Amino acid sequence: MRIDPKRCVECANCVAVCPMGAISIDPTIRRAVVDEDECVECFACYRGMSMESMNPILIRFIRRTLGLFRFRFDPEPDVCPTSAIIPQELEWPRVVRRVFSDVLMTHESTGILGRGTEEVKTNDVTGRLGPGFAGFVVELGRPSVGARFQDIQTVAMALAEIGVEFEEKNPLTGLMTDPTRGLINPEVLSEKVMSAIIEFRTPMGQVGLVLTALGHVAERIDTVMAVGVATRCDDKGENELERLLPEYGYPIVRAKTNLGLGRVEAVS
Amino acid sequence: MTHSLHRFGRSEDLTGDYIVFAMPARGFNDSDAVEKEKEFLRRALKHRPVNLGDAKRGGWYRAQKDLGPAVHWRRATDPDPEWVINGVDAPGIVAAVFEAYDAMASFVRELRELDLGVSINISALAHRAAQCCQECDITRHSVEYSLGFLGRTDKLPEKEILELSTMCGHGTISFALAGKMLERVRCGRRTPEEAARTLARFCVCSIFNPARAERILAGAARSPTP
Repeated sequence: MRIDPKRCVECANCVAVCPMGAISIDPTIRRAVVDEDECVECFACYRGMSMESMNPILIRFIRRTLGLFRFRFDPEPDVCPTSAIIPQELEWPRVVRRVFSDVLMTHESTGILGRGTEEVKTNDVTGRLGPGFAGFVVELGRPSVGARFQDIQTVAMALAEIGVEFEEKNPLTGLMTDPTRGLINPEVLSEKVMSAIIEFRTPMGQVGLVLTALGHVAERIDTVMAVGVATRCDDKGENELERLLPEYGYPIVRAKTNLGLGRVEAVS
Repeated sequence: MTHSLHRFGRSEDLTGDYIVFAMPARGFNDSDAVEKEKEFLRRALKHRPVNLGDAKRGGWYRAQKDLGPAVHWRRATDPDPEWVINGVDAPGIVAAVFEAYDAMASFVRELRELDLGVSINISALAHRAAQCCQECDITRHSVEYSLGFLGRTDKLPEKEILELSTMCGHGTISFALAGKMLERVRCGRRTPEEAARTLARFCVCSIFNPARAERILAGAARSPTP
């Protein structure tokens, strides 16, 4: 992403909008600039901000005149007055930033929007997570801190060491050069993304092992990770994780519950 | 993805936050899903949702690209449900967000009767979703639990900012913007409602709960500055 210096009027509305804090006002040129190394191409600024198409020369004149008298205009905080935010054509490997950061990007591997897969959201139809298994979703960089693939690889390698098999259809698995060791294409290791999801399933008996491994590797990364674990319920709607998770120190609080109302019907 | 799963907050704060969403499975039941998703949204409207949206196009609250200068004084912010419903043109995720448990439960009961055939999920406090299933005579099929955040949690902001920001699971509501809106409410330059709607416009999937955001902003504005 870039900000057109000919259109920018230094209003700084976009500065707070950037989830990565990659936008700032350059005091030398008095324009907003994007730190390309920190920008993850999430399009939150371009897509999230509303736009006006005001004349930048007029707006700069008004702003500076008001500024002379220490007057402060209180504009809508989510509006770019001159439509100065411009997306760029992205090339490899930078393009992976957008693939893992822009919520409206559809992955070739999944066919759905977002960084992950359908997971258990459609498990009542697909049956991808069967009885006796736990499906883990480890999202590096969330919430809103961002992650480099170097850190993502660190976690993937720790999980591979305990024998985890990564979900084939997950976009991150597609970037792995050796999924058995959790190795990611070295060309992207320094790229930063909003978040990336490591997805895998494991027998219920190994949930403790995975949680312990995640706890250890969490101390070696320079970002945060949000962890979710799913399972299929029995015919009474009960499941083993509700007993296991508190035993491992994770109280049951929020969850996503698939109601089982879906069915296989018309296939595209 | 797990876009709705990891909303930060204490249990008592999360009691006013329920997301119900519909999603077809690609290659299994998606060929006639568009009309079903529109029906999902139409039915949801009857139960007073606080947000409604289509993950592909956005929802009630969304950015506008053709504003004029009057927007800074008079901005149209009323939700436009017909825009959302008529805009569903391909299978994907559609969602309705509720503030009240009873509204969510009555919607789920109606969905059960409607029998759309696409997957329906509730993202909320686990025990409240289980209670809803029990009351609606639904046997839970699968559950995904949030285990919270690990790693460099020292990089995360104060509680109220995190509560606001994590209502967009894709991370498009920045900590800085949440902090800026909180500060504006604190200084009396925006009402909690205006600030909540500003934040909601950044959540493309429309699972942001503006009613909960208003409560957080109003409560934090009255608290001493950290």
